[in-house]
Amino acid sequence: MSSVDEAVRLHNAVVLLGSFPALAEASLVVKKGEIVLISGANGAGKTTLLRLCAGLVPLARGEATVLGFNLATQRKEAQAHVGMLGHANGLYLDLTAQENLQFWGAVVGASTREIELSAQRMGLHTRLLGTTVAKMSAGQRRRTALAILIIRRASLWLLDEPHAGLDAAGRDEIDKILREATSAGATVIVASHELERAGALATRRIEVVGGAIVERGAQ
Amino acid sequence: MTQHSTSTMSVARAIATKDLRIEWRSKVLVNQVLPFAGIVMVLFAFALDNDGILQRVAPGLVWLAVLFSSLIIVQRTFAIESADNALDAIKVAGVSSAGVFLGKSVALVVQLLLFEGVLVLLSLVLYQVHLSWGGAVLLVTVSFLANIGIAAMGALYGGLGAAAKGRETLLPLLLLPAVAPVLIAATRATESAFGVGGATLGEGWPWVALLAVFGALFTFGGTLAFGVLTEE
Repeated sequence: MSSVDEAVRLHNAVVLLGSFPALAEASLVVKKGEIVLISGANGAGKTTLLRLCAGLVPLARGEATVLGFNLATQRKEAQAHVGMLGHANGLYLDLTAQENLQFWGAVVGASTREIELSAQRMGLHTRLLGTTVAKMSAGQRRRTALAILIIRRASLWLLDEPHAGLDAAGRDEIDKILREATSAGATVIVASHELERAGALATRRIEVVGGAIVERGAQ
Repeated sequence: MTQHSTSTMSVARAIATKDLRIEWRSKVLVNQVLPFAGIVMVLFAFALDNDGILQRVAPGLVWLAVLFSSLIIVQRTFAIESADNALDAIKVAGVSSAGVFLGKSVALVVQLLLFEGVLVLLSLVLYQVHLSWGGAVLLVTVSFLANIGIAAMGALYGGLGAAAKGRETLLPLLLLPAVAPVLIAATRATESAFGVGGATLGEGWPWVALLAVFGALFTFGGTLAFGVLTEE
């Protein structure tokens, strides 16, 4: 497999949080268009793995390449193609959902039409769009954050417990969006404890055990 | 997937608009920072209960109140980024760091200008200083240029401290020494604007030039350093 086909390549990657090796010589290859499920116990290193791929934590040792960009030297270039939804939603609580979407649209250069379409996709109707984020439920905030990810047009989606706080319809919509994103050429890496739900979505599962990555095979 | 692209100025405009909209809605500046500064000004008046002394030191008191209050404004401007981890989202988006820095700086300049307008009016009443039309022109120029320096350093160190432990105490330690030159120049120029201690208007303008140099240097340096300092 050539590196052109790879979205992520880690080779003996070490990430230190203080002096603690949150990722310990982790190796992983994710092909473009895959949906990879990351499982593992709390504190195993799932979130750190996602944050490394997002360029949010520095690589202490080893090699890490995301979408062909070396994270040691081209972190900013890689980040322009990566979208991440972590435990927090990255929203401005004093702004309405509409204002959050408009802000991100302006920051990434998306058109008004794209913003409207992403809001429609995530079921953000007129009344909800005018609601201040601080007054929204957890699920509504998650939908708004996902609408922003759609606006971003990322090539690599990194999602940490994306189904958390969503109702059944919202969960189905996320699965649909992720499948569509991969059909359009994106790659998705999902960290989740909900193995049944996320497993049905994934094409492959890996497990993070004590900072190392163990392959669990195709789903 | 085809990526979008935006210029540094578009990012700066979006960040500044967003920050000012949040401030307009939350009214933290009006409801919390202004009352704090007002109390500080009144306490100064009580502590130096002598019209002669008060008038003499009024320029320094105004700028000290501005500096202390600017710490709250700067902390607030980065607290809105940390509340739901929006700063990480901005980093992951690969957005121009210079754009973020400039946007934050512009929003801070606007807030500080409005804030200082009220403080100067308060100083005219509390400290009974005289302000001529020429002095007012000088003072507006001083405020604008001094704010550029304070805002640039505030955005730089506020961003640096945003992800750090103990950021509430770290920011004053970093920011106050860095803006000391601005405080000195702004105070000297304001003395001329108020005409205290025999200072004339003409003596104030060289300090204005110095403030312009500080503002340009801090903004240029901050634009280059912000991305590097806030990356980790």
